[in-house]
This record gives sequence, C-alpha cells and structure tokens, in this order.
Amino acid sequence: MTPPSTPLPPGATTAAPAGAGDDPVTASLARRSPLAPRAGRRGGPVRPGRGRGSSSSRRRQGWLYAAPTALFVLVLFLVPLGLVLRMSVSDWSLFAGSRGINVPDNFTAAVGDRLFGPAVQFTVTYTVVTTVILIALALGLALLVQEATRWNSVVRTAVLVPSALGLASASLLFYALYSPQSGPLGPLLQRVGLADGPVSFLGTPTAALWSTVALVVWRFAGFYMLLLLVGLQGISGDVYEAASIDGAGRFRSFWHITLPLLTPSLALCTILCVTGSLLAFDQFYILTKGGPDNTTVTVVQLVYSTAFAGANDLGRAAALSILVLGALVVVNALQFKALRRKDV
Amino acid sequence: MTTTPRTRRARRLVALLATGALAGLTACGSGGTAPTVSSDAGPEGVDDGTTLTLWTRAPLEAQAQLLVDAYNESHENQVELTITPNDDYVTRVGAAAGSGDLPDLFAADIVYVPNWTEAGLFADITDKIAELPEAGSINQGHLDAGTYEDQQYVLPFVLDLSVMFWNKDLYRQAGLDPEQGPTTLAEYEEQALAVQALDQEGVYGTAFGGNCGGCGVFTWFPMVWASGEQVMDEAGTESLLDGDAATEVYDTFRTLQEAGAVTPASRDETGATWVADFQEGRVGVMPYPATLLQGTSETVDVGVTPIPGVDGGASTFVGGDGIGISKDSEAPDAAWNFLSWLMSDEAQVEVLAANDVTPARTDLADNEFAQEDPRVQVINEVAGAADSRTPFAPNFQQAFNAPGSPWVTLFRNQVYGDAGTLEQDNEAITEALSQ
Repeated sequence: MTPPSTPLPPGATTAAPAGAGDDPVTASLARRSPLAPRAGRRGGPVRPGRGRGSSSSRRRQGWLYAAPTALFVLVLFLVPLGLVLRMSVSDWSLFAGSRGINVPDNFTAAVGDRLFGPAVQFTVTYTVVTTVILIALALGLALLVQEATRWNSVVRTAVLVPSALGLASASLLFYALYSPQSGPLGPLLQRVGLADGPVSFLGTPTAALWSTVALVVWRFAGFYMLLLLVGLQGISGDVYEAASIDGAGRFRSFWHITLPLLTPSLALCTILCVTGSLLAFDQFYILTKGGPDNTTVTVVQLVYSTAFAGANDLGRAAALSILVLGALVVVNALQFKALRRKDV
Repeated sequence: MTTTPRTRRARRLVALLATGALAGLTACGSGGTAPTVSSDAGPEGVDDGTTLTLWTRAPLEAQAQLLVDAYNESHENQVELTITPNDDYVTRVGAAAGSGDLPDLFAADIVYVPNWTEAGLFADITDKIAELPEAGSINQGHLDAGTYEDQQYVLPFVLDLSVMFWNKDLYRQAGLDPEQGPTTLAEYEEQALAVQALDQEGVYGTAFGGNCGGCGVFTWFPMVWASGEQVMDEAGTESLLDGDAATEVYDTFRTLQEAGAVTPASRDETGATWVADFQEGRVGVMPYPATLLQGTSETVDVGVTPIPGVDGGASTFVGGDGIGISKDSEAPDAAWNFLSWLMSDEAQVEVLAANDVTPARTDLADNEFAQEDPRVQVINEVAGAADSRTPFAPNFQQAFNAPGSPWVTLFRNQVYGDAGTLEQDNEAITEALSQ
C-alpha cells in the first residue's frame, strides 16, 4: 500500500508518489498536479470553420468519425426500441406471437393492472430512499478519504471492493445472510441483545425494503464515492487558500466552495442513482420476489412478470416498458434542467 | 435548435435505415404447421438412431435422468436432456416457441399444459395414444389436462403427488400412536398441537409454504376435494375458494399459527426450502410431496397417509409434468418412440417404480416394488382415488403459482392477516382466471 506521506494541513493538495504495488485507482486519485486542467464542463460549442468549403468537408469528416458509433446505436438501441414499440401496439403473446394490432388496450390494461399503482409508488419510495442515503454517504466517505494516508487508502479500498461484485451475486450473498434458516445475522443480533426471538429480514414490507436498501448501499457506496472523489480532486487548492485567508471556517468553505464546485459530480451521481433505482430489478427479483404480499414489486418486475410469470403477454409488458421509458426521459430532462451548472 | 438541409438529410437517412431494419424483423409467430406422427410408424414409432432433444425443469431432474439413461441404453435413438431452473422454464419455452426452436420433446408442469396446448406448442398425438395397448390405464388427470378441443397432446411424464407425512419419533415422544397419521383435518390440528406441546427447542407441530402459491395449491386443494367440494368451476374460470371446506382449511392453519405450532420460517417461505425443517426432523406432521419419500426417509422415520378432508376422505393433487412432441420437432416419429416406451411396463415399473416414483398407469399401482413398502402402496392408491384431481385452468399460473398471485394474497390474509377479506380476495382469483 501507499507509504505514509507527510501529514498535510487540511485542504492542501497532495502529490503522493505512486509506489510500486500501489492500487492504481487510489494512486491516480492521490496524484494531482496543480497544473492539471480543471475538471468540469468544457466551454461552449465548437466554433464553426472559417470558410464554407472547409466547414462542409469538416462536417463530412465528423460524420465519418461518428459512423461506427451511429451504427452501434442503430443496431443495438434503435432497432430493439422499434421492436418494443411495435410489440406495445400489438396483441402479442409469449407463445403465439403477434396477432394483430391492440391499441390502446395494451396501455389501458397495463395501467389498469392491480399491481401498477403499488409498483409505481414503491419504486418512487425506493428511489428517494436509496438516492438520499447513497449520495449523502458517498459524499461523507469521499470527504473522509480524500487525503492519501495509509489508513484512508485502506478504507477507500474496503469501500470499493463490493463494487467488484455483480449486483446479482451480491443479492445472493445477502439472501444467504438474511435467510431465516441459515443466516448468521439473526442469531448475532439476538446474542448482542438487539433482538428477541428470530429476526425476519424479508418478512415484513418495511424490513424487506430496508434489507434491500442495505444491500444496495453496501454495493454502490464505493462507486459513488469514487465519482465524488474525482470531483473533489478537481477543485483547486487556491480557492480554499483564498477562503481561509478571508477567514472562512471549515463549514463555510464546505458550504460555499466545495458544494457549488462539486455540483457537476453530484448531478452525475444523482442522475445515475435515480435512473438505476427506477429501473431496479435484480436485487428484488433475488431477495424478495416482490414479497411479502406484493409490497416490494418494482415497475420493471411488473414488466417481467407480465411477460413471463403468468400473463405471458408481451404486448402489455412492452406497453408498460414504453411508459417507463417515457417517465425516465421526463425525469432525466427535469434533473438536467435543475442541476445544470450556471456556467458563464 | 436549427437544422441545415444536410443534417436533415442525414437524419432522414438514419430514419430510413431504422425502418428498413425493422421491416426486416418479421413477426415471430408460430410458423408452419405442427408435425404429425405418421400413422404407418406403428404404435411404437421409429427407432433409427435419431438424436432427440428433451427439455425439463430442475425439480424433476432425477426422474428425467433415470428415464433418459434407461431409454438411451436400450434404443438406437439417443435423447439429449436439458435441465432448466424451475423459475426460468416458462421464459425459456416461451422464447423458443416464438423463434421456432423448441426441442423434439418437452415436459411441462401439468397445470400449465392447458395454456400451452391452447397456444399450439404441442403436436397432436390423439391417434397414436389410441393405438397404445395400455391406453385405458394412463392417468386420466394428466390426459385431461393435455386435451384441447377433443384432441390429445400430452402424456404423463412424472407424477408428483401430495400426501401427509408425519415424524414417527416425534409422535412417540408426544404420546401419539406412531403408526396412525391424521384421518381428518381436526386430527391433523390435534396431532400438530401435541408435537408442539413437547416444547422442544426448534421443534414445531407443522410447516407450510406461507409465501408459495404452488405449495398452497399442492397441499390445500386436496383438503377441499377430500371434503367433497371443488376449488374451481369446470371451465377453470371461476374460483370457489371461499367455500365451507376451504374456510375450514384456512381456520385450521390460522389456529395452528396462533398457537405457535407453525415454524417461523413458514411465513416467508417462497418454496425453495419449504420441506427443509421436516427433513431435519424438526416438524411433527405436514402435507408433503410424495416424490421426496426416499430422500426424507434417510433422515426421518416417516409415516405416510393420504391428505384428509374436514370429516375424513382422501385426496391428492395429481401434479408433476406432462410431456408432448413439440410443434417444431423434425423427427416426430422418433419422438413418439420415446413416448410409447415411456408408457411401457419397462419404463413405468423398472425405472420409475423401482425408484419410488408413482407409475402413471393405474394397473401398475400394485407393482412388486410397492409391495415391499406399504407407504408406497398408500401413495400409488391415492393417485387413482375418486377425489384426486389435476385442476384445470388456462390461467392457472397467473391466478395461483406466480409470486404474489391473488391466491397467495388470499391465503396469507386468511392465516396471517385480516380474515375478513375472503370474498374480495376470492373475487380477485376469479378475475385472474377469467382474463
């Protein structure tokens, strides 16, 4: 691990040498040249070329550069999207295939499903809870470990390790931990005296929600911490120096300097976290199967079960997917608008 | 945002490409017609060294493997077995059905068979079944489930029956007769409470899959049938689960739950480990899958009796898997060879009965292996009992087996929640059945 660097005053930049055997992630985070360009958004749009000819040849060049990506987007995104759109307006069953047009019945049936209301409500609740907890925790951790000392790099690595697990694997791990038959957590809580009688981690609606939130926080805290760390490293030390000369305390400089300058990173984290949570599926599919009593059914689970567990109605499932897509576009547009940095 | 003619043209090009690509995606319907087994193939089909593919789900892996091994050993044809996890099986079959990639033969949970025959996933084998010498004794419940518009599509692959198991050691300790299981619902309650009264650490009177629709169907429906009542109407579109016998069943489990005689794990049990506590000798008496007799006897001294009704009677849920030739099979004559062999004495007795699986033919209930173990005889006899059934409903999965189905909501309310919602919960099942 990193050799101990000399202790530094708070807020000062560090330039720890990357030793051999160093964790590359922490090393690259720790290394920061004062001359490095500021992170953040680039300036305005690319200036157009001077002459007409050069501009058109440039545009052709641009298209050429963009072609491979455009092809990928077409084949892997637009075509499937078109297929889902077609499914959503067709009477399309899992076993019998397409049997003609079925609009607007697919959409009314999707919204009229007895689980649609509860699923939307639960998904929104879950999204708010996870986003608030994750962003707050990740910011705290990032502030805690921004200095490169030995102890901090240990913490940093420890928090990052869960990110190396797939979400499904992590869910299975927690499924075993929560199991009433073989899980170690329940007996442990009883021994410490925090619980009397067997603990049911997934047995009540509230317990199931918080048990899942615990898993997701454990799995993603390190990832968001990393994103925020990069943002923190991008804030120049001069600003802090100026602030401390002006007599700003720690809290004031955090409130008036760190937070505003960290806005782009926070915006990125929030958008990723909200989108991810609105599309939550794996963790609930493995941990709760939507139970107990359909209290933890997310919208994507409803899509899945409409398609594969019982109704076997791909048309209705696709209609629901389209509604989810629409909602996501709106939510993300609003977020971009709200969080756009008021840059000059 | 302004656009120049050039970017507009480019956008049009992209749109054109996208629609072109979409037009290329043809609707994945069931193309072509289902294969038929040729009538000159004889009652035994063709055994010419064809390689056949067979799909089944994980819970029946052991039985399927035994059958396939025995067939491959004695035939030119070779069957390749593919096992899929239980929860992914419907998904997988659905995807394959859409793209025309179904295997030659595939098994299906018998309660899904009506839906799948209606969707045209199986080939018609009505005439071939009629040619079989043993046609008259094949399990009627499975045949009925695989009949659609008077045509037959499915034969029984493996029967899975529900019976009452009890732990003889715990019965002895509780002062009960270890050779006498419950013959009425009231006796079941008494005996479970008696085991509970032992007050041993981790030992409970009974257990059930409290969050598992399939377990509830499998173990509670027979209690209703044995009482002479029905769970659904003939067409499988209306739920009758608010009847008198059904209400008695819910009351029994609610009483046991309130007395603390049900394992705490039952409440969240989604079906993956619902028999684990009994297998470890920690449960007195519970309705149980008969196929697990062999495995459970290794750890527990098991007694077996049919599932009783309110005032006696005997019934079982004739579950398990049916098997048919798929609509996509290119070797239906060879596939039929496997099915006709499956119905033979050799497969039913030497393979299935030898491994304590109930034969799918009533004339084989009293076979040489059953005579060695009276418990197996009890199981075989109840398979053909008057009140034993395979429930029939096209929307069975949605109404009963799916996680969080209206049936799960109903019985959880009856046992753990507000029992006053029976009527509206039953209405929700009817709604799912009649969609």
